[in-house]
Order: sequence, then structure tokens, then C-alpha cells
Amino acid sequence: MRRHRSRWFRFLLPLTVVAAGLLTAGCGQHYVVLDPAGPVARSELHLIETASVAMGIVILFVLVLFAVTLYRFREKPGSRAPYLPLWHSSRLLEFVLFAVPVLIVIILAVPTVQQTFALDRLPPAKHPLVIDVTSLDYKWLFQYPQQGVATVNYIDVPVGVPVLFELTANSPMNTFWVPQLGGMEYTMPGRVLPLYLQAGKAGVYRGNSANFSGRGFAHMVFHVHAVPEASFVHWLQTVRQGSPAMTMQDYRHLIAVGTAPEQSFSSYPADTFPTATHGFTLQGGMYMEPN
Amino acid sequence: MSHLLAQLFPPSVLRPMELGADASILLGGLGIVLLLTRLRRWGWLWREWITTVDHKKIGIMYLIFAMVGLFRGGLDAVMLRTQLAIPNNTFLGPEHYNEIFTTHGTIMVFFMAMPFIFALFNIAVPLMIGARDVAFPKLNAISFWLFAFAFVLFNMSFVVGGSPNAGWTAYAPLTELRFNPGVGENYYLIALQISGIGTIATGVNFLVTILRMRAKGMTLMKMPLFVWSVLITSSLVIFAFPALTVALALTMLDRLFGTSFFTIAHGGMPMMYVNLFWIWGHPEVYILALPAFGIFSEVVATFSRKRLFGYPAMVGSLIAISLLSYGVWVHHFFTMGAGAAVNAFFGVSTMLIAIPTGVKIFNWIFTMWGGRIRMTVAMLWQLAFIPTFVIGGATGVMLAVVPGDYQFHNSYFLVAHFHNVLIGGVVFGLFSGLYYWWPKMFGYLLSERQGKWAFWFFLIGFWVTFFPQYLLGLKGMTRRIYIYPHGLGWSPLNLISTLGAYAMGIGFVILVYSVVYSWRHREPDLTGDPWDGRTLEWSLPSPAPEYNFAVLPEVTERDAWWEMKQEGRSGKVRAEDIGAIRMPRNTPVPFLLGMSFFVAGIGAVFSWWPIAIAGMLFVIALLVSGWFEEHDHHDIPAEEIRRTEAALGRLEG
Repeated sequence: MRRHRSRWFRFLLPLTVVAAGLLTAGCGQHYVVLDPAGPVARSELHLIETASVAMGIVILFVLVLFAVTLYRFREKPGSRAPYLPLWHSSRLLEFVLFAVPVLIVIILAVPTVQQTFALDRLPPAKHPLVIDVTSLDYKWLFQYPQQGVATVNYIDVPVGVPVLFELTANSPMNTFWVPQLGGMEYTMPGRVLPLYLQAGKAGVYRGNSANFSGRGFAHMVFHVHAVPEASFVHWLQTVRQGSPAMTMQDYRHLIAVGTAPEQSFSSYPADTFPTATHGFTLQGGMYMEPN
Repeated sequence: MSHLLAQLFPPSVLRPMELGADASILLGGLGIVLLLTRLRRWGWLWREWITTVDHKKIGIMYLIFAMVGLFRGGLDAVMLRTQLAIPNNTFLGPEHYNEIFTTHGTIMVFFMAMPFIFALFNIAVPLMIGARDVAFPKLNAISFWLFAFAFVLFNMSFVVGGSPNAGWTAYAPLTELRFNPGVGENYYLIALQISGIGTIATGVNFLVTILRMRAKGMTLMKMPLFVWSVLITSSLVIFAFPALTVALALTMLDRLFGTSFFTIAHGGMPMMYVNLFWIWGHPEVYILALPAFGIFSEVVATFSRKRLFGYPAMVGSLIAISLLSYGVWVHHFFTMGAGAAVNAFFGVSTMLIAIPTGVKIFNWIFTMWGGRIRMTVAMLWQLAFIPTFVIGGATGVMLAVVPGDYQFHNSYFLVAHFHNVLIGGVVFGLFSGLYYWWPKMFGYLLSERQGKWAFWFFLIGFWVTFFPQYLLGLKGMTRRIYIYPHGLGWSPLNLISTLGAYAMGIGFVILVYSVVYSWRHREPDLTGDPWDGRTLEWSLPSPAPEYNFAVLPEVTERDAWWEMKQEGRSGKVRAEDIGAIRMPRNTPVPFLLGMSFFVAGIGAVFSWWPIAIAGMLFVIALLVSGWFEEHDHHDIPAEEIRRTEAALGRLEG
């Protein structure tokens, strides 16, 4: 008996050390998914928490049942546990074990469906800021159609204003992801997909691509500067007055393969972003050679 | 000439690592050739293995290839983890890293897991249902040789012509010629199509074998659960693999013949590729997982010395999972703008799979309840599977919560999840089956002691590798990046994860050592029933003779062999019951067919059309030759069978 116990400890000790190490290494500031900075990320986190609790209960229940079974019925000399070689069915037990997962699925499915529809719509109160996003090999081009300015690899957005991102690609697919503002969406050539995000507090949030697009994919990083509305207006003025206009040649330079630094442009050529989901009329792209 | 050399040996295959691989492949190959010549084994190799149609030998050959695949895929994994161990690492450049994660995923799915499950299908199914071979033995050999030559074709890409580098999913438009020149993707597209033909044939073969060749009295509801899982898996293969073939063939046409199915500039639809790929891809997950579930069902009953709990529910949930698996594929791309209604539908349908899977988990636990659990290595893998798979399944449900998936998609949370279910579910199951059926394959047992060492290294290594990856996902790390900077809080977790991968590597090395050691210090299995088994394969000697059953068994109960033992019957047969047995005859056609496909494949990869056409003409000629083959079987006389059985000590009286 003593020997048995010491053998168990031999395996438990390294496990404990590893677990403790993981927890210490895991602590820190950088859990961006768990640190939302806007309503979209917050409602997604809320659902993630609900699912984690439900799944945590399931895991705990199964693990305890499993451990008890294993401990009680392991083969050992003089075991006093009952041996039931022919026991193979129990209507009641099987019904319960079927009903419990059904119940958990219902508990999770209802808010999932609700939130899936809710997050697909724009919050009704305010006019959104529209930002057109094009993923290029290997950089992000942002255009502000209402304001007429453009940036590369960074954007400024006002705090508290919903932003409608219109996403497309002039390159293989990427995904546009700013974890602290909310979930991601693909950028696809030939299509424009909408994504609503909103910053709830000021800060600089890292964004990156989550879909592999080739050699420079790891460098598809951008930053979102969420600033108070007054600062946003000020920033717009600075860009309009202090930055160059994007020429067609600048645009061609951007779509060529390679990485790029953060840039600002006071204006950009028309027809460099598709205007409708269908009848894609991108000019000067990798797919449609410029006239 | 120089053009040809440049095509065969672009700079990417001339890096030091690739040249090192060249050298070891050449030396290893030379060593094998010398050894076979020295031992005069070429004839033996040809007669006993290359031309064989015996399901037991085909199973062993699948197993050898699966192990080589596990070695290559595992080495790829170790290299990937080494690159990610520290921030700003320069061990692998971006191109190199992209190639290696592509081959890692492709090999692990198509050239490790698939041949591994087919190995166990071949080894166990005919013996479990009381049959002398599969329904179409020659087709079975054809399946194998198509797979084997596709394996060679895919694996040679990194030393000749260049490796594929668009990920194992090979999403268009990244595979378009303009983004992906070179022959790497051609290797991927063509090798997978060739092995896919073999895979579909295997599905047909085992479906028919199980439906038509069961022992007398073995009704469907008296089949061992592993056989049920193979039946369901075969139907999944037949309906799912054609979708993959279409996706690959259309991409191939785009690349080789300038069509525009997915080519954007000419109005192609890359998203159609993504749909086709995952219409196959999600059932594929269950094509791998269901056989593992079947193995666990056999192992848990045997090593708990108890009947399987809830057999009808187990069968029902296998069927439910297989049907549901066709209705969930969009969950691989919730974030591709399909809209709320579509996403909600596929989110809920995905969650529904948790119900039959949960039922199975509880049934395995209640099979142990009231039993006597023996901690053999086969059982340890089963015991590790339950908690591991429950956690992997739970994170899967979290990914099915659509708004949650918007934050998890393509992050390391996802990477951790699918390794959690594919290693914790499939690989643990395959290792369990390997230890369980090893004596039946080779007639001796694997060392339990070394097996336990391998088990603990692999299991602990697994959790140390993948648990930190869940956390990395929550920290915003996305998959397939070859480099990351300081200051994001990713470094310690990545380092831990890499150390875990090394521990898994050590586990694999111990396993291989153990196989060699156990072969040299053979502990023979003289009874044919080392585990006190429950199903018919354990009523046979280990390894089983060519014809498996001298007299075909009759079955009255589930767990047929266990019942026979309860009634005091042995596996012995009466001499007068033995008659002549008709067995399929060896044939070189499957091997030559595989070779012809290989030649055609090489021709297509490099667009050398005369060679491709010549290869396909050989294929047609070999298929036509089959129509005129009359002597496709031979009869083993009763006297010879009596002698064999007597020598095995299996004649009564």
C-alpha cells in the first residue's frame, strides 16, 4: 500500500511543478481577449465566460466521476469494490446522461443565437464612422471615405463612436483582428465584408492578421489609436494639412509585395476601393492591372 | 539541361538542412539496399510483401508507413517549436517555416493518421468478424500501393522541386500560380488525389466486407464496436472524400491548365474552395476519431473485464455523429461573412455533436464502473484519453459559440483545441490500438515497462505543449506566424510549449526503441489471447495463419470469444471439420499500378506531359489486364491446413 502511494506521488510532483510554472508564466497584463476595450469585445467576452463556466462544470463533473471510478475499480489484491461483469445497461442512468448534455447545449445555444444576431447589427443610436480596409501583401491600407484621408498600418478612431469596417483584400485572404475591440473577419479579394467595432476607452490597441497569406504574413501588424472625439478631429486636420496626397503611383507602390511603415495620406485616388459587394471594380490592384 | 536542373533543384532544396536530409536519405536507402542484397531478401520482399493481398500484411505495411509519417511530421513539429521557442528567433526563415508547417499538417493528417487507422482496419476487422480476408483483396492492395506511392511523391517534394507552402488547407487564392509559382503545391494537389483514390476504395472495401462477410450469427448488433466504427467511418469516407478530390482537382486545373475556378482575376470564387475543403474536412475529423472511439470501446471492456456499457447507445451515437458531421462545416469559417442566420445554424449544429460524444464518454466510464481495471499500456492510453478528450471537446464547444469564435478563430486557442482532440482523441487511440493488437500482428508483446515510460513522456509533454497554447490564443497570438517580437507576453509560454514538444519527441523515441528492444528480446504470445480478450481475433494464434480461420466460427452473442471461454470452449478445431480453403492469389498489379500513378504524378507535377501521359497509359493497361486475369485465387488443400493447425497445437483430441 505504501509503495503504491509513493508511486503516485512520483508522477504528481512533476505535474504540480509544471502547473505552478504555467500559472506564474501565464500571469500578466497581456490577455487581450480577456481585457476588452469596447462593447463588442465585452459582449463576446461575456459569452466566452458563460461558455467557460458551463464547460468548467462539465469538465469538473466528468473528471471527478472518472477519478472515483478509476480509484475504486482498479485491480488490486483484496479489492472490496463490487465486480459486475455483466452490468451493461441502465435506462435511468442512460437517460440522465443523455439529458444533461442536451440541457447544457440548450443553455449555451440560446445566448449564442441571440448574440450572433445582435453583433451582426449596427448599434442604432449614432452614425458610424466608416473605414475601408484593404489587406495588401504585406500591409494594411485604411481609407476614410467620409473624411477622404488614408493611412497605412495604423488608424485613429474616436472613443464611443461605432466604426463600420468594410473589409476587402487586394492580395490572398487575411483576417482583420483587433482583439481588445472585438472579434475578427476575413478580408477577401472580390468581396466586401462588414465588421462593427467600437472603442469604449482611449488607448492603443494592437491588431494583426490571423489568416496565413504568405511570406510576410507575420508582419501584418497594425495599431488602433482610440482617442477622444476632439483629438480625432485634431488628428484629421493634421493629416489633411501635413500629409501628402496619395497618387496612383503611391498606390501601386503599396500593392507591390513587401512590408511598409506607418503612413498617412491627406487624400487617395478614387476607385481604389470597391463600391459594391458585387460588380467588383477595383482598379490598379494585383488582380486588375491599373489603366 | 541547366533549366531542368533549376526546376528540379531550386534554391529552397539546396539549404543546408535539406542537403543534410538528402545525405541521410541516400545513406539510409543505400543501407537498406545493401542489407537486402546481403541477406538475399529481394525475392522474399517481392513474394511475401510487395505482391501480397493478405490483409494482415497490408496492415503491417500501412503501419510502417504511418510510423515513418509520424517521424517526419513529428520532426517538422519539433523544428516549428524550436523556431518559436524565443522571440525574434532566426533558426528558420519565413519560407522555410511556411513549408514546414504545411508538410507537418499534411503529413500528420494524410500520411500518418490515415494509414494508421487503415493499418488497424486491415489488421483487426477481418479477424473480428470471422472472415478470411476483406471483400476485395486485390483492391485492398491497390489502395495500399496508391497510398504508398503518393506518400513517396509528397515526401520527396522538399528535396526535389520544392516543398508546398500554403498550409495543409491550401486555401485559394494563395495557391494561385501568381502567388505560388514553383511545383510545391502541385506535389500537394497530385499526391493527395492519388492517395484519395486509394482511400475511397478502402472505404468501399470495408463497407462491403463488414456488410457481407461476417461470421454466421454475427448480426449487426452483435458486432464488436470497433467494427461498427469502421463501418460508419467507411460510409463517411465514401461520401466525404469526393468533395476533397473535387477541390484538389479544380485547383490543379487552375494551376496546370489555366482554368479559373478559384482564380480571382478571372472571376473565380476562392470561397468555393473553402466550402468544398471543409465539406470534406469536418467529416474527416470523424473519419479519424470514430475508429479511435472504436478502439477505446474494445480496450476499455477488455481491460475492465466487463461488458461494454450501453452498446445500443454507443452504436446510436456513432451514427448520430456521422450524420451531424456533414452539417457543421461552416464552423471552420464563421468569420467569412456568411451572415448571422447561417452562423447561428452551424453554431448550434456543432454544439449538438457534443451530445452523442458526451454519451460515449459516460458509457466508457460506466464500462469501467464495476469492473477490474488493469493498468496495461493499452489501457493507460485509454485512461489518458478520457480527461484529455473531455477538455478538448469542451474547448470545441466554446469555439462553436459563434461570437466567441470571432475571438478564437485562427488563434493559438484554435491550434491548442484541434491538437487537443486530434492527439488526445486520435493519436492516443492509435497508440492504444497499437499496443493492444501488436501481439496479434507479430506474435510477441511490446515491453510494458518501456511503454509506460513512453506514455508518461508523451502525455505530460502533450499537456506542457498545448495548455500554454490556449493561453497564447487569449493573448492574441495567431497561428502560422514564424516570428514574434518581445513585449507581448508570449515568450515564456512559447518556451514552455517548445519544451513540451521535446518531451513528446522523447516519448516517440522511447516508443521506437521499445519496438526494437521488444523484437530482440521477444516475449512470445503463445496463447493468442494475451489480454484475456473478448472478440474473435483473440481466438486465433498470434500471428494468425494466412487463412485466419481453419473453420469459420459461429457467433451467438456479443463478445463472442468471451462467451466461448465462459462456456469452456477453446479456439481449437476438429480435424474432420477442416476443408480446402480458397484464398486470393498474390499479384504484382497493385504495386505496378501505384508505380504508374507515381510516374504520371511526377509528369504532372513538373508539367512533363509525355511522362504524365505514359504513366496514365500504364495505368489503363494494368486495369485492362485485370479483365483477363483468370487465376486470381488458389486452393490450400485440407491436409496442409491440418498440418499447420496441428503444428500450432490447435487440433482437438
